[in-house]
Amino acid sequence: MSISFEKALGIHDSALILRSQRASVLANNLANADTPNFKARDIDFQQLLKDRMRLQSDTIAMAATHARHQPGALQADDSQLLYRTPQQASVDGNTVEEQVEHAEFMQNTLAYQASFEFLNSTFKGLKTAIRGEL
Amino acid sequence: MSLGSIFDIAGSGMNAQSIRLNTTASNLANAQAASSSGDAVYRGRHPVFASVQKSVLDSGFDTDTDLNNSSSAGVRVLGIVESDAPLQRRYEPHHPQADEEGYVFYPNVNVVEEMTNMISASRSFQMNVEVMNSAKQMLQRALSLGQ
Repeated sequence: MSISFEKALGIHDSALILRSQRASVLANNLANADTPNFKARDIDFQQLLKDRMRLQSDTIAMAATHARHQPGALQADDSQLLYRTPQQASVDGNTVEEQVEHAEFMQNTLAYQASFEFLNSTFKGLKTAIRGEL
Repeated sequence: MSLGSIFDIAGSGMNAQSIRLNTTASNLANAQAASSSGDAVYRGRHPVFASVQKSVLDSGFDTDTDLNNSSSAGVRVLGIVESDAPLQRRYEPHHPQADEEGYVFYPNVNVVEEMTNMISASRSFQMNVEVMNSAKQMLQRALSLGQ
């Protein structure tokens, strides 16, 4: 009998990875806050997480009816990086709004910490189960 | 590793903003540097920013595609251009550098513009520092997983 980490950890490890990727997208927006014609980008977190979870669960995976079939991989490409609609248009064509990006970045960091706490407590629970003591 | 790339991105932003601050300092320092000819006089300098696009070759053909491969990675300074705004020609016949007609050329530096540039650059720099700090905290927490 072995522990299936995928089942034990649930949604939180995917969420953690996605949160860190979103952090880098938002950091890029903030770094280009003064670049002319730069368009702010972001991901649809909910949709991407759903896609990843569907990929992870074995039940809805693509059927491999041939020995040489490859498991379908989720391609995170340009189509998943969306463009943000600015509240106020800027003269130089830049759509980064520092306060919006900053708020999103902070919220993303907090959500990362929340996911981390869930993941950490799962590991702690597993450890307690292995030790068998209270 | 996408958290690691935040350090590169925020670092490039800090670098770009410090170059901007540097040109502002140079402009302000030379704002009153008069000259007797229009060719020799100092002209305001401004950096040109552009976002760095990660090339397809750079990302390679790894199967572990992540969002970073398709997004841009930071900002870079394309170059520094000299302002072509008209120079200030002032009538100062007692100035040692005045020409035959008594005129002196002053740089085309707008001090108010430079001050706003300075504030904007320093705020943007601070923001990049904050982003880097957050990334550091996230990475440190990730390292303590399971402890």
